[in-house]
Amino acid sequence: MTPTRRRLTFIGLGFLSLLVASALALTAFEDTLVFFYSPSDIKEKFINTDKQIRIGGLVKNGSLRKSKDGITVRFEVTDLNHSIPAIYRGSLPDLFRENQGVVAEGHLSKGIFRAKTILAKHDENYMPKEVADSLKKAGKWKGGNKN
Amino acid sequence: MIAELGHFALILALVMATVQTVVPLLGAHRSNTVLMEIGKPSAIAQFFAILFAFCALTNAYITSDFSVANVAENSHSLKPLLYKISGVWGNHEGSMVLWVLILALFGFTVAVFGKNLPPTLRARVLGIQGSIGVAFLAFVITTSNPFLRLNPAPLDGRDLNPLLQDPGLAFHPPMLYLGYVGFSITFSFAIAALIEGNIGPAWARWVRPWALLAWTSLTAGITLGSWWAYYELGWGGWWYWDPVENASFMPWLVGTAFLHSAIVVEKRDALKSWTILLAILAFTLSLMGTFLVRSGVLTSVHAFAVDPERGLFILAILAFFVGGAFILFAIRAPKMALGGLFQPISREGGLVMNNLLLSVATATVFLGTLYPLFLDATTGQKVSVGPPFFNATFIPIMIPLLLLMAIGPMLSWKQGDLASAMSRLWVAAICSGGLGILFWLLNSDKPFTPIIGFAIAGWLGGGALKELADRVLLFRIPLINSLLRARGLPRSAYGMTLAHLGIAIFVCGASADSAWRSEVVFNAKEKDQTEIAGFNLKLQKVDRLKGPNYESERAHILVTKGSKIIANLYPERRFYPVQQMLTTEATIYSTVMADLYATIGEGDKRKGWVLRIWYNPLIPWIWLGCLLMVLGGIISLTDRRLRIGAPEKRVRNYKTAELGAEHG
Repeated sequence: MTPTRRRLTFIGLGFLSLLVASALALTAFEDTLVFFYSPSDIKEKFINTDKQIRIGGLVKNGSLRKSKDGITVRFEVTDLNHSIPAIYRGSLPDLFRENQGVVAEGHLSKGIFRAKTILAKHDENYMPKEVADSLKKAGKWKGGNKN
Repeated sequence: MIAELGHFALILALVMATVQTVVPLLGAHRSNTVLMEIGKPSAIAQFFAILFAFCALTNAYITSDFSVANVAENSHSLKPLLYKISGVWGNHEGSMVLWVLILALFGFTVAVFGKNLPPTLRARVLGIQGSIGVAFLAFVITTSNPFLRLNPAPLDGRDLNPLLQDPGLAFHPPMLYLGYVGFSITFSFAIAALIEGNIGPAWARWVRPWALLAWTSLTAGITLGSWWAYYELGWGGWWYWDPVENASFMPWLVGTAFLHSAIVVEKRDALKSWTILLAILAFTLSLMGTFLVRSGVLTSVHAFAVDPERGLFILAILAFFVGGAFILFAIRAPKMALGGLFQPISREGGLVMNNLLLSVATATVFLGTLYPLFLDATTGQKVSVGPPFFNATFIPIMIPLLLLMAIGPMLSWKQGDLASAMSRLWVAAICSGGLGILFWLLNSDKPFTPIIGFAIAGWLGGGALKELADRVLLFRIPLINSLLRARGLPRSAYGMTLAHLGIAIFVCGASADSAWRSEVVFNAKEKDQTEIAGFNLKLQKVDRLKGPNYESERAHILVTKGSKIIANLYPERRFYPVQQMLTTEATIYSTVMADLYATIGEGDKRKGWVLRIWYNPLIPWIWLGCLLMVLGGIISLTDRRLRIGAPEKRVRNYKTAELGAEHG
C-alpha cells in the first residue's frame, strides 16, 4: 500500500468514526438533553411536556410538608412570581431548606412536578446559577454577586 | 515575615522562569552552549523558589496565621493538622501555587535527569516549560496572590468547606495536578521537537517517562476524586459525568492515546505528526479544564471564588499557547518525513484505531461538556447534559475499543495476520463466554445488559493474559524456561498487561453497578428494620457526638443475614458550626463482590430518621481496576529502557530482548 493510499484510508476511517460519533451524539441529544425551566417559564409559556426537565427556584416559605411515611415531601418551587407544586420521595440533600435555592429534575404531571432527584448543593452560600438567573429575570434578585 | 518572603520567592521564581524561557531558547537558536546551559540552573532555581513559597504558605496554615487573608478565609484553628495542610490547596490561590510548583517540578526533573538529552532539545524543552511558568506565575502574582495580609487579623478563620476535609480529597488535587500539569512537559517536548523539526524514535523514547508519569498520576488523581465523590457526597454513585469530572477525564483520554501513539513513533518511526498533535491536545484540554474550573463558568464544589478577571487571564494564556502551538504545528508538520510504512492490519494499525476511537470519544465528551455552555451563551436556553447522553455516546465508542484492545497486541508490527491473532485468542473467547455465563447465572433475575460488559471484560482480560503467556511460551516449553523468559521480559510488557487487565476489571465493576444497584429509602425510628439484597438492616440507635470542629448525629445500623451478624454501620450527619454547614458521612461495608452503603438524613427520635441504603454490586472492582492501571503505569515507569541513561547503548540491549520476546 502506498503512503498516500494509507493516509487516505486512515483519513477515511477518521471521518467515518467522526460521522458515527456525530450521529450518536445528535440522537443522544434529542433524547437526553434536559431543559431547565423556571416556574414562570412553565406558567407563562404553558410548558407541558412529559419529558425529563429541570426546574429551579426557591423552596417557597411555609410550603414544605412531610407526609406520614416520613419520606415523601411536598413543597413549592417559586421564583416569587409563580410557583409550581412539587413532590419528591427520598432523602433530601443536607442543605434543602425553605427559602433556599433548589434545582430538581423530574417531570410534570397534571401541573405537579414529580421530582426524581433533588440536586445536591455544596455549601449554603451557593445559589444554583440557573436559579440566580431566573430570579434576576423575575426581577426578584436581592443577593449580591457572590455567586 | 515568612509570608512576605513567600511572596518575594514567587516573584523571584517569575524572574527565574523568564530567564529559563529566554536564554536557553536563544542559546539553542544560536547554537551557543553557554546560553543553553543556563536553562538548567534557572529551572532548578525556579523550582526551589516556588517550593519555598509553597512551604511559606503551608507554614501560615499550620501555625494558623490569620493575618494572611488566604488562611483566614480557608482555615480554622480547630481544624485537624492534615486538613490544615490540605487546606493549602483547597482554595483558588493556594491551589494555583501548587499548580506552578508542579509545573516547575517537571522542568526541574528535565534539568536534573535529562543529562542525556541532546543539549539543544533540552534547552528548548526547558525554555518552553519556562514560558508556561512565566504565564502562570504572572497569573498567580497579579490576580491570585495567596500572601495578601489582613489588618487587623481576625481572631479565627472561616474554615475549609467541610466536604473538602477528607483524606481522599487531601491527596486528590496533588495527584490530579501531577497528571494535569504533567502534560505540560509532553507539550514542551512536542513544541521543542517542532522547533527542531526533528522527531523520531529517540524523541519518543525521551518523552515516554514523563508522559507515563503524567498519565499514571492523572489516573490516580481521577480515581481518588471519584472515590471521594463516592463516599463523601453521599449519593451512592462514583461518576456523574459532571463537567468538572469531564475536564479531567478528557486529558486522560487524549493522554492515553498519546502514550499509545508514542509507541508507534518509538518502534516504527511513524505517526509522528499525529503524536505531536496529541501532545498539544492533551495539554490544551488540561488548560481548558483549569479555565472551566476557575473562571466560574461552571458551578460546582470545584469552582473556586468566581472572578471573571481570572477567567479572562487563563483564557488569554490558553489562547496564546494553544494558538501558538497550532500555528507552529501547521507550519512544521507537513515537512516531517513520512515514517515506516505499515498495512492497516498490523500493530500500528491497531494503535491507530485505538487513537481514533479515543479521540472520537474525547470529542463526544467535549461536546457534551461544552454544549450547555454554548447554548446558554448563544440562546440563553439552559440545558443540562447528564449521564444518559454520555452513556449513549461514550459507551458505544468504547465497546469496539475494548474489543480491539485484546487483538492489537497480538498483531505483529508492519503487517499482521488477523486470522492467526484470532486463533491465539481462543483463551479470550473462553474467558469472555465463561465470565458472561457465570455472572448471568449469579444474577439471572436482574437486567441483562451488564452481561455484555462482562463478556467484553472477559475477552479483554483473557486476551491480555494470553498475550503475556504467549510471550513467555507458557506450557509450550518447560515451565522453568518460561519463568526465565518472564524474568527477561521488559517491565513495560508487564505494565501493559496490568493496565489492560485493570480496564477489564474496571469494566466489570462499572457494568454491574450501572444496572444492578438497588436502593432503599425508609423512615426509621430506633429498632426499625428493612431488607436489601438479602441483608437485614436494623437501626439500633442514634447518638449525638462531638468532633474536633463539628457536632454529629451518628446512627448505629446492625446488618444481619439470616442469623449471622455481618457488619455494624455508622453513618453520620455532621454539622460544622463555623461554616454553618451540614454534611453526610456515608458508611460503607465493602466486600469483594459488593458495597453496602448507608446514609442518614434529617430526623429526630419522635419522627424517626430518613435512612438511605444502597446495595452497589462490584464497586470495589472499579477501584481495583484503577489501582491496577496505576500499578501498570508505575511498573512501566521503572523499565530500564526508559531511564535516560545512555540511550545509544541501551538500544541494542533492548532490541535483543525484544526479539526474544517477539519470537514467541
